[in-house]
Amino acid sequence: MLGVTALAILRAPGLFTVVMLSSIYSLLSAVVFVTLDAVDVAFTEAVVGAGASTILMLAALALTNQRRAKPTPISPTGLIAAFLMGGGLIYATVDMPVLGDPSAPATLHVAPRYLNDSYDEVGLPNVVTSVLASYRGYDTFGEVTVIFTAGIGVLALLGRGRRDRKSRRKASSEST
Amino acid sequence: MHHHYVLRVVSKILIPPILLFALYVQFHGDFGPGGGFQAGVIFAAAFVLYALVFGLAAAREVVSDTVLRIVSALGVLLYAGVGIVNMLKGNNFLAYNNLAVDPVAGQHLGVLLVEAGVGMTVGAVVISLFVYFSS
Repeated sequence: MLGVTALAILRAPGLFTVVMLSSIYSLLSAVVFVTLDAVDVAFTEAVVGAGASTILMLAALALTNQRRAKPTPISPTGLIAAFLMGGGLIYATVDMPVLGDPSAPATLHVAPRYLNDSYDEVGLPNVVTSVLASYRGYDTFGEVTVIFTAGIGVLALLGRGRRDRKSRRKASSEST
Repeated sequence: MHHHYVLRVVSKILIPPILLFALYVQFHGDFGPGGGFQAGVIFAAAFVLYALVFGLAAAREVVSDTVLRIVSALGVLLYAGVGIVNMLKGNNFLAYNNLAVDPVAGQHLGVLLVEAGVGMTVGAVVISLFVYFSS
């Protein structure tokens, strides 16, 4: 279903359809995360991917026009490069450990410590939260700073300064 | 959207539960799925719904741009402040063990405050992104 939605996004005529289809795509991947028992990630994907980013894309669509630009003809070099890259990635997945393999490196490094000791050390039943906010507090701090910086960036680009708004208000009150 | 009575009534009924659910996700993140990031976005979603149905001007009266700016900065400051307090108490940056007498209680308090900071910043930034994009 994910593949079908991705193909539909590629073929869709209008940008509005693309936004709606990508929202569906996010919702479907949230379902995939739920089946993988990653409830927190699924929650985030459903809320941010299917909800907030769709609204932001729609708001951005309102600022531009809804038509797609004329597609450029596919160049053979690009096609070959894309196939080589995709083939290489698929070849690399052969070396990946099987899903849920107990001897995989990812489950041997710090995960046992988190799973066994986090309740005694942090005292939270949800291991995801204790890893996110306590063991990996630096990383989460970085994420929050990134989000804050993104907000400042949009503010600098789109938000009009206080002085400008005051002058506009004055102008509009004079004109009425 | 002044003529969409059904939409207005339904969203009036829905917005308080959404806000409440955001707070639940925020403070129940220690025990179930959820946390600051999700709670912030849900909180922002309620606000966006209000803005879509009742108009951006009405929504801007509820939460002014200045409040958004202050809250988004305050979240990061709260997060960093928890870390600084840890340092002042003689521990590493963002190691919460010294926040309370009991290390586990200290961790709990630290996680709660940090998640609150995350929720504040994420919610305010998502709301302001929507406001700036649609104004």
